Amino acid sequence: MGSGKTALVAALCRSLAGDLALAVVTNDIYTTEDADFLRQAGVLAGERIVAVETGCCPHTAIRDDIGANLEAVEGLEERLAPLDLVLVESGGDNLTATFSRGLVDRQIFVLDVAGGDKVPRKGGPGVTGADLLVVNKVDLAPAVRADLAVMARDAAARRGGGPVVFCSLTDDPAAGAVTSWVRAQLAVPPG
Amino acid sequence: MRAGALRAGAAVVARLGPDGVTRLEVLRSSPPLGLRQAAGSLWMVGTAAGPLPGDRVTLRIDVGAGAAVTVRSTAATVALGRSGSARSELLVEAAVGAHGQLRWLPEPTVATAGCHHRGLARVSLAAGARLVWRDELVLGRHGEGPGRLTSRIDVESDGSAVLRQELRLGPGAPGWEGPAVTGGAGAVGMVVVFDPGHPPTTATCLGPECATLPLAAGGVLISAVAPGASELRRRLDAGMVAGEVAGGVEGGPVRHSPELSDHGGEPARR
Amino acid sequence: MSLRAAALLLADGRFPAGGHAHSGGVEAAVARGRVGDLDDLVAFLRGRLATAGLVDAALAATTCHRAGGAGVLPWGELVAEADARQPSPALRASARVQGRALLRVGRRAWPGPILDELACAGPDGTPHSVVLGACAAAAGLRPGDAAAIAAHQAVAGPASAAVRLLGFDPLAVAAALADLADDVDRVAADAARTAGGSAADLPCGSALLLELGAEDHAAWEVRLFAS
Repeated sequence: MGSGKTALVAALCRSLAGDLALAVVTNDIYTTEDADFLRQAGVLAGERIVAVETGCCPHTAIRDDIGANLEAVEGLEERLAPLDLVLVESGGDNLTATFSRGLVDRQIFVLDVAGGDKVPRKGGPGVTGADLLVVNKVDLAPAVRADLAVMARDAAARRGGGPVVFCSLTDDPAAGAVTSWVRAQLAVPPG
Repeated sequence: MRAGALRAGAAVVARLGPDGVTRLEVLRSSPPLGLRQAAGSLWMVGTAAGPLPGDRVTLRIDVGAGAAVTVRSTAATVALGRSGSARSELLVEAAVGAHGQLRWLPEPTVATAGCHHRGLARVSLAAGARLVWRDELVLGRHGEGPGRLTSRIDVESDGSAVLRQELRLGPGAPGWEGPAVTGGAGAVGMVVVFDPGHPPTTATCLGPECATLPLAAGGVLISAVAPGASELRRRLDAGMVAGEVAGGVEGGPVRHSPELSDHGGEPARR
Repeated sequence: MSLRAAALLLADGRFPAGGHAHSGGVEAAVARGRVGDLDDLVAFLRGRLATAGLVDAALAATTCHRAGGAGVLPWGELVAEADARQPSPALRASARVQGRALLRVGRRAWPGPILDELACAGPDGTPHSVVLGACAAAAGLRPGDAAAIAAHQAVAGPASAAVRLLGFDPLAVAAALADLADDVDRVAADAARTAGGSAADLPCGSALLLELGAEDHAAWEVRLFAS
């Protein structure tokens, strides 16, 4: 919990909503406060945010049984067409979480440095298989004695050179590096 | 069949007169069910104890086009019996003609310990016909659980199903006391209101034990469970207000035709 | 006839038809303090099976029977009879959500005219019980199979939700489901017997607190389960 997914989603919305038609599907336990957070943080109307209940099985909802998420995405596309980008936020944080390729075109995995600098070495399908690994809250690294160089080295080894972004929304509220990566992906055909 | 068990048929035929007043052209009843007309309503009067095991009572209500009938009862229907006794049954068949209206507002049915009772209602509404139908079930007298009770209602409007509901309560009905069905409530009930002229309502929860439920084919069901009969009535009445259906179907004036005969029997078993 | 693999697939909780996100009313019952221990859960499941479970099983069996035969499929009549038996708008909506999810995977698993026609049947979708019967027919199963799957799911889904919500010992819950197996079979058999009859005569069974609880649940700000 608390790796900063919702804050990162909000940052992406803030950076991208100016020129892209966006919508968000969240699989996290979701309150009107969360919706308000996204609304205030970016320029996302409430109608552009849909919550999916996962029956306490957040991984199932994004990986094994994606029907509810597909329906949510299709519903948004139907109501708000044309959409340039739909962000699907998973519920729960766990190294074994992955998105089904039947649901998403690109997957970003978010790690929190406060979880410890050994996490990238542990691997798991999220760290190894995601299209982008975001190591978040790097401003906290000194406080939690996390060695970012170790994290970078292990992540690179685990990911076979796949992209890794170190991110601090405190220092860069617009999440510039992640935003750039997302924009670059939009130019590439899905698959 | 139990010696003394009653087979009775009662009938009401109501027609709209040229003066705009509903007249009862037929009003026929026999024990244990009597029908009396007073104060703008038809009253069901228990002319014998019961229903007792083996009693079979059929009431046919025929409301003609444009006519309006309200049926009430003077007291609760108390289904009696001992464990293992034969089933008693009350069947009400009602047909309401085009733009007619029927309000069925009897007192509750009390399922006493050991009873084995089945209440059946089949309501057929023609185009534009309106209905208010209340059904309240009290599960046992004070300090006792109920006997076996089935309550079934089928409402059709213009040939299509509006509501088909069957409650199976008491011994032999799996899980009836459990948290999916009554949760140990002492009384359960519903009011179904069907009024084609009324705009659709939205579902409203009046606490966890009462809600107004708009039906798929039009009309609304107010459903409630409660510790006892008086709280149940209070919740159903509140549901009627919340569903804005309290005044949805007004009772019209009812007058006896001069030739009307009432063969309601005298009390036979009291 | 022996067990059919397609029936096992359709009945499997891991079949990706969205079932994991629905508690069958357990989440609302837990929140109201009506289900707190295993005895409560068993009473809940018995009541659910005898009411909603019987109705769903009968609708599934009848749909399967009709879809397996020749001629135009009267989806509209079956849907109207399903709706007349479900006064709760929240439960009618949830049945359609689950129906759409099942139809999505069913069309991939058993492509053909039965499920294609059903997909065109209505804009807001078709209740799960009817879709289940159609999937069973498309998979070459019989009405009795459709009824058995529906009756099984009427208790298995809520039981699994209760394990997740209340931390019950899953072995104890499995044992409780095993105890209910004869009841599930009986309901399935009763439902299957109605399959050849008229839709108006399909069984009814009201689960008052499921209906009231579903409306309450639909109004919550935060839900873990969709229904």
